[in-house]
Amino acid sequence: MNRLLAAAWVIARRDYVATVFSRIFILFLATPLFPVLFGAMFGAIGANQDHSAPHRPVVALIADAPATRALAEAHDRLLARLGDDVLPDLAPMPPMPDDAARALLRQRGRHYVAVLGGSLAAPRFLLSSRAPDGTEEGVSLLVDTARAATALGQAAPKPVDLGHRTVRAGADDEPSAGDRVGLASGAQTGLFVLLVMLAGMSLSTFIEEKSNKVIEVLAAAVPVDAIFLGKLISMLAITLTFVAVWGAIVGIGLVAVKPAMLAHLPVPAVGWPAFCVLVVAYFVGNYLLLGAVFLGIGSQAGSPREIQVMALPVTMFQLLLYGLAAAGTGHPDGWVAWAAAIFPWSSPLAMLARAAELPAIWPHLLALAWQTLWLVVALRFAAGLFRSAVLKTGDTRPWWKRGFAAQ
Amino acid sequence: MADLAVEAEGLVKWFDKIRAVDGIGLRVPAGSIHGVLGPNGAGKTTTLRLLLGILDPEVGWRRILGEDKPMRAAPRIGYLPEERGLYPSMTPREAIAFLGALRGLPLAEGRRRATALLEEAGLGAAAAKPIRTLSKGMAQTVQLLGTIVHKPRLLVLDEPFSGLDAINQQRLEGLIRAQVADGATVLFSTHVIAHAERLCERITVIAKGGVRFDGTVAAARDRLPSRVQLRTRQTDGPWRRALPADATARDRDWSFALPADGIEPVLEALIAGDAGIETLAIERPSLHEAFVELVGEPVPQEAEVAA
Repeated sequence: MNRLLAAAWVIARRDYVATVFSRIFILFLATPLFPVLFGAMFGAIGANQDHSAPHRPVVALIADAPATRALAEAHDRLLARLGDDVLPDLAPMPPMPDDAARALLRQRGRHYVAVLGGSLAAPRFLLSSRAPDGTEEGVSLLVDTARAATALGQAAPKPVDLGHRTVRAGADDEPSAGDRVGLASGAQTGLFVLLVMLAGMSLSTFIEEKSNKVIEVLAAAVPVDAIFLGKLISMLAITLTFVAVWGAIVGIGLVAVKPAMLAHLPVPAVGWPAFCVLVVAYFVGNYLLLGAVFLGIGSQAGSPREIQVMALPVTMFQLLLYGLAAAGTGHPDGWVAWAAAIFPWSSPLAMLARAAELPAIWPHLLALAWQTLWLVVALRFAAGLFRSAVLKTGDTRPWWKRGFAAQ
Repeated sequence: MADLAVEAEGLVKWFDKIRAVDGIGLRVPAGSIHGVLGPNGAGKTTTLRLLLGILDPEVGWRRILGEDKPMRAAPRIGYLPEERGLYPSMTPREAIAFLGALRGLPLAEGRRRATALLEEAGLGAAAAKPIRTLSKGMAQTVQLLGTIVHKPRLLVLDEPFSGLDAINQQRLEGLIRAQVADGATVLFSTHVIAHAERLCERITVIAKGGVRFDGTVAAARDRLPSRVQLRTRQTDGPWRRALPADATARDRDWSFALPADGIEPVLEALIAGDAGIETLAIERPSLHEAFVELVGEPVPQEAEVAA
């Protein structure tokens, strides 16, 4: 056993160093930046278009100087309280005949949606048919405010500062079942996306040794089980390196930029510390279980072309597992959830959802033990398949053709 | 039996419907150089892989350095496969240390030994360059050094001379002798007779999956009678009746197997018949001839040209 682990360690260390300390790993590490860059690029294009289009409606104001000043002051005060987007802009204009005012509303280019004329006491209002809803209400509030200010003069009270004391939303802080299902689905989906991105790598990890013939040296020096275990460990370590780097970046980013987002997450049923441990445990568990299978499949491939052909079925398989686990999310004690929790390859996703929804810890210990058992089975099976199909060792004849002489 | 480094009996290995190895047995005394000879496709590589435990036999057993499971002896074995394999992006120093680590040698010690071994082999300057930048011969040397870095008690070399030029072949022979002088056992396969003849105390000749001969090089040669090469002045005469019936003639040159009752009766007849003996030589058969006789088909005698 010690020799097996020592040999696996030697192989894992070689693979890890060869991968992580290569230039191509930087590209691998940078991959998540691509969607971010694309987002930023399209965002920039969108912002550009916003600038070129008139975005705020404008009301032409034809009034004498005191009325204009009163309306502008009211406008400022309301915007300071209610935000920039609630009222149209005001554009003071020289007096003009009615026809000219109408022509203003028909004019292309500046986005005049209304003309406010007359006096504060008797306003005249022309509204364009293309004015957004609420323009008239907005302008009438503006006129009301200006009138009140003018009527009161110096007697107008100063704007009030209320101050406030925050009261927590009540004794019932326990998140609702619905919130927790949301958390369960979110965690499941996040894990699944990571696995789809990263587990497929293990398909191609044997191609290197096969093409450069190192496999013969490895197979002569150490048990095949150790080769598989070593490869799996190195893949996991590479993946965890990737996840750690991006986990840290995203985590620090969230805390720095939008801490409120974290504060509003519903508390999982098992509590945050246990949930975080389980997220890591189930990620590792699921990665290893999938990796063992993919390693086994990949070790049978003779060429990179065969690996490419296998990539699609393998992704489909993962989608199926995700579908099974996700189907049980709403009802953690329903038969679908139980089936998903018992089938070893969907078990980590299903159990993670359970951790968000139900507080009991012992099913998780059981599930982790169960998954470990299946990991050993899968790894031994993959190594056995490799020995018989590729190294052509063991009796390769089907069992019904084996004679007693061979026993 | 403790002084046998390798012992195998009745090994059988099927590949699909072909018996690649058919009842091969082998006994290699500790501290000796043993050659496995055979034409291409005879089953040499499969035999070595069976001995090393890369393959398991369907029938038969083997014991390597006292272990029934070859993998248990792996830290004491060095193996140079026929198809050489190294990671091209590794440096020679790292590659040698890695090969040692696979056999249980601590990595730091492996690196230290690798530096010394590379220096000795005249590859000190290449120690830190990626292997893909080295010549094929250099890479081969690196792999060989990786095979001996952990000081194995048993060295298994599959066609170690193929792909090497004459200088490097000479160097490899020296290295093999040095390993044996240190007490190691060397088992190597080859289809080039000259190497076996120079190096081996004992050989096993394999053909079509079975053992055709097992014993010393001298015994292999003794299996064939010596050849008599004769040149006479006369082309014909009654003395010709004294020559064996299977003698071949080319002009006045005669060649035949040494008769069972010796050369004297032939000589007497030649002198009596006044054949005029110009040259006469009795030659022991070469291992090459013995090999052809054993295997039943010709093989190239000259050293393989570097591929």
